[in-house]
Amino acid sequence: MTAVARPAQVTAPTSAPSRGRRQRSLSWLVLPALAFFVLFALVPLVGVVLLSFTSWNGQSQNIPFTGLESWRAVLDTPGLAHSLWVTFLITVFSWAFQTPMAILLGVFLAGRQRYRGFLSVFYIIPLLLSSAAIAITYKALLDPNFGLGANLHIELLKQNWLGEPNLALATVVFIVSWQFIPFHSLLYQGAVRQIPQSMYEAATIDGAGRVRQFVAITLPQLKYTVITSSILMVVGSLTFFDLIWVLTEGGPADATRVLAVDMYIEGFRAHQMGQASAIACFLVVLGLILALILRRLGGRDTGASQMEGA
Amino acid sequence: MTAATLEAARTEARTRKPRPPMRKRLKALLHWNWLGGLAGWFWLVVVILPIYWIVVTSLKAQTDYYLSNPFVPPSNPTLENYRAVLDNSFIRYFVNSVIVTIGAVVPAVLMSFMAAYAIIRDGRRLFLRSTNGLFLMGLAIPLQATIIPIYLLIIKLKLYDTLIAMILPSIAFAIPLSVLVLSNFIRDVPSELFESMRVDGASDWQMLWRLAFPLTRPALVTVTIYNGLTIWNGFLLPLVLTQSPDKQTLPLALSAFQGQFGINVPATLAVVVLTLLPILALYILARRHVMSGLSGGFTK
Repeated sequence: MTAVARPAQVTAPTSAPSRGRRQRSLSWLVLPALAFFVLFALVPLVGVVLLSFTSWNGQSQNIPFTGLESWRAVLDTPGLAHSLWVTFLITVFSWAFQTPMAILLGVFLAGRQRYRGFLSVFYIIPLLLSSAAIAITYKALLDPNFGLGANLHIELLKQNWLGEPNLALATVVFIVSWQFIPFHSLLYQGAVRQIPQSMYEAATIDGAGRVRQFVAITLPQLKYTVITSSILMVVGSLTFFDLIWVLTEGGPADATRVLAVDMYIEGFRAHQMGQASAIACFLVVLGLILALILRRLGGRDTGASQMEGA
Repeated sequence: MTAATLEAARTEARTRKPRPPMRKRLKALLHWNWLGGLAGWFWLVVVILPIYWIVVTSLKAQTDYYLSNPFVPPSNPTLENYRAVLDNSFIRYFVNSVIVTIGAVVPAVLMSFMAAYAIIRDGRRLFLRSTNGLFLMGLAIPLQATIIPIYLLIIKLKLYDTLIAMILPSIAFAIPLSVLVLSNFIRDVPSELFESMRVDGASDWQMLWRLAFPLTRPALVTVTIYNGLTIWNGFLLPLVLTQSPDKQTLPLALSAFQGQFGINVPATLAVVVLTLLPILALYILARRHVMSGLSGGFTK
């Protein structure tokens, strides 16, 4: 950083033409960040497109160009469609579970009572844990032979939670919600607190009940937060990897094989880097589309995309 | 509280003049949400139970684990699991995680700060405008999608299986959001302050560190914590970019531990507790900052 700083310091302060408003260019200050970003984010982004036209095996020195072969392989097998479907299911279900819950909790937490602040101290803890740690914990908790159900002798809990396709999907949705509902509750809490108190006062004078106030004031006022939070959830679900990988490795029988897991297995297990890159291209395109939708819908909070699940 | 004082309080409440109706209504308003209250306490239980279970179980001997009620604390708590884990090169992974996290967060935040300063203070320049646009676009790039070219790049740079391999991409992916949050904050610094420092003959470099840096401190703390947590908990980069056990960071080592200890759940959970401890300590020390850091500055 200091190396970059030098050249500008040598330049003597140039005379300011009009009222000191004109200054020397500050462009050099952006160079270190730009360099890192270009080399390790932008170049890989272009690289993933280029690699999708090869059939690199991930180990050899040469990377053979094979044109559309990887794309054909990816599009011809049902694998991609399946993982798109699984990703979609997880996205929809976790959105449908998290959003009402997070709004409810956010509205509740927005109250100024002491004990609610106390509660939110605990709500945060899942956000501090790594997805790997969460996955390992739940794996042990839900173990059909040695987990909670077996030890507490509760038949209902003695399910093969991660062993049956539909159940495994539901379990993933629950754990994802366990991990991220606190984050979204915080978003809603902040938003609710910004709703002008006078609106509620006016509504109370007009004789509106609580439910009415919630529907007529709180929900419309939260519109932008709902959009932001939903986009964060959706973009987050697009890139779920850590949790699912440690929890199920995409199983049982591909039931939880979301896009990112599919890509990882293709690339680093099956050594088909070309096909894995083609799958990654889907991730990129979907991510960009969602970001554009975000801009359209939200207007503000443009940068919100990758917050969750990162 | 004795019955007498209770009774006294009750009569006092009865005799006290009613509050102004407006305030009473407001108070009632804050008390209304029974559904929310139900959800609030329910979710507390949902969150706390697994965490309580982790802690309690990590203190049990392995033989007790299968026999005892999972939620009853052990009658003879043991630190044996922790000893076993600490003997098992936990320290190594911990140090690796610290190196990678600090090694990535400090440069990322400093570079993002410099970039944000330039973008705000000199933003009409085409170069800076387009750089800013590039960073904004960068927010939409998922790390997962670029992992294969990053893997190739790291191999070509002969950095595979080193700690630096994890640091470099972590920096790059921390930059877009950091620049966004920091530049939003620097924008609020009154430009009169810069002007008066300039009149005093300060260079941009001096204004950057002596004026903007201290004034931006809350936002700097926010992005530091947000990026720190993301990188500390990162799993994909170590998974793809390392292979030897002594280069692993904690989250990856955790899943390896799980394989290693197999069905020794208490020992695995001891690792979970040990991984969480430093973050929890940070959380207790600086709760407000962590709260804002967690949401990356989105809940102001």
